[in-house]
Amino acid sequence: MTPMTKTLFYRLFAIVTLLVANFAHAQLRVEIAGVGANLIPIAIAGFDGESSAPQQISAIIKADLSRSGYFRIIDTGNVMTENTPVDYANWKSQGANAIVVGSVSRLPDGRFDVRYRLFDTVRETQLSSLSLASQPQFLRIVGHKIADDIYQKLLGVPGAFATRIAYVTKAGREYHLEIADSDGQGVQIALRSNEPIISPAWSPDGTKLAYVSFEKRKPIVYIQDLLSGRRTVLADFKGSNSAPAWSPDGRRLAIALSRSGLTQIYLINADGSGLQRLTHSGGIDTEPQFSSDGQSIYFTSDRGGGPQIYRMSVNGGNVQRVTFDGSYNVSPRISPDGKSLAYISRRDGKFQLYLLDLTNNQEIRLSDNADTNDESPSFAPNGRYLLYSTSDGGQGALAVVSVDGSVRQRLSMQAADVEEPTWGPFMK
Amino acid sequence: MRTLTSVLILSSAMLLAACSSTKLNNDKAPVVDHSGANAGTVSTVNAASTDPLNDPNGVLAKRSVYFDFNSYTVKPEYQSLLENHAKYLESHPNRKITIQGNTDERGSAEYNLALGQKRAEAVRKSLALLGVSDSQMEAVSFGKEKPKAQGHDEAAWAQNRRADIVY
Repeated sequence: MTPMTKTLFYRLFAIVTLLVANFAHAQLRVEIAGVGANLIPIAIAGFDGESSAPQQISAIIKADLSRSGYFRIIDTGNVMTENTPVDYANWKSQGANAIVVGSVSRLPDGRFDVRYRLFDTVRETQLSSLSLASQPQFLRIVGHKIADDIYQKLLGVPGAFATRIAYVTKAGREYHLEIADSDGQGVQIALRSNEPIISPAWSPDGTKLAYVSFEKRKPIVYIQDLLSGRRTVLADFKGSNSAPAWSPDGRRLAIALSRSGLTQIYLINADGSGLQRLTHSGGIDTEPQFSSDGQSIYFTSDRGGGPQIYRMSVNGGNVQRVTFDGSYNVSPRISPDGKSLAYISRRDGKFQLYLLDLTNNQEIRLSDNADTNDESPSFAPNGRYLLYSTSDGGQGALAVVSVDGSVRQRLSMQAADVEEPTWGPFMK
Repeated sequence: MRTLTSVLILSSAMLLAACSSTKLNNDKAPVVDHSGANAGTVSTVNAASTDPLNDPNGVLAKRSVYFDFNSYTVKPEYQSLLENHAKYLESHPNRKITIQGNTDERGSAEYNLALGQKRAEAVRKSLALLGVSDSQMEAVSFGKEKPKAQGHDEAAWAQNRRADIVY
């Protein structure tokens, strides 16, 4: 090597090392802490040709399905293409109720063509097939989409693997608003700041985040377009501006403002125009959340003394109290079907995740144990899981729990607190 | 008219006489002896200290109001602190303050933000009653996001149930 190429080599090496180090630091570590009682046994073959692609599709599908807590993976030990004749009796005898086969091939334009088939070994029929062409950098999403399809065909509910989550990390004085795939992979930083960031909220189309940033030494609500990075100020009124929540049509947001003195709920158009006050209480009204039909807003209010969850119509009328058990109930999140309400309740001095069935008023505790302080619940777009932040006094981490409490995962990050998570919508 | 003019001339002459006599007295004043031990010492004048806001030992150096658990009322012991700031703000109408409310770490970020706002608002109202103009004040909240004390016990929480006056 000449001295010059040697220098260049070391410089490149240094850059690559730096990139890898950054990436490794930012990684969310996922641990599976619990699975459901009845697991569907499913055989997943290696996809023909996947070793030549940058992502191993079958490995992504296996990881998604086992993490979901509803499947038991049976390794086939060999590669099968989607055109290999399926020996149903053989797979049934190995205990598999279903089998997944597929192939990956490079197209002349550089994209990859991923094909897959799902078979029911008991009824000896094909349940589904897909053919998805993708740029190499989006192959992980293709794997998640196939896992979503398998989940839907076998459980009758859409999967939520091909979705993203947003959360805030805090390491020393540095705050990041980050976006990751639902499996914690593919972390990207949307905002870096030396002041706190709270309350990120996905636009219904998944292209934007509204959030509260303290970078101007007071809470101000911003909307950021994720692809372009362009930011607009949604609300910067006198006092504090916070708690953004999108309406299901994405045209306006409910926010909490203190411009009148106490914190009250307002509606505002997504471009910052058309401010309209919704609540007129003598106390605190905050944490608004639209129901998925857009007709109701759930919120936290201390109008009755301690904080409780209330519901009102979208024009501010017809206010009804929703929670009655416990003296401190906050952070309401309504399920996509509108039938259950997740919230944080203080019980025996700890802040815990609860789920209230609105059809029969039965509540269940979803926190892993009675010693953690939990916050910021959000539903997966399929309504099957809740994502929340949890702390046992040490470093803050994220947790996922199925709405029946049986399936549990924990997502943590080395040397950083992870807080304020929110699960994004289905991707178009 | 003539009488008035002569009176004016007369008084001017008296003034001149007064001036000259003063001058004479000054000339006769004893000369101070500068040859002693104090020769060459200089008394420092700190320009910044003319604004009492910058006096680290002055009454305006106290800028934090602490609250009891679950309470948003300003305790009587802070009345003189607030009076001192009100007096200063009234005599310095160009000065503006932000009142930053804080809470302890327990509970949701957004509900705590609203509680911190309640504390900042209580201080803002007290200052308004003491005559401070609304245009000089903004009450905002940091909720539980910027704790002064980092611990997870009552001692730390008491430090963080606080509103700060920031100029």
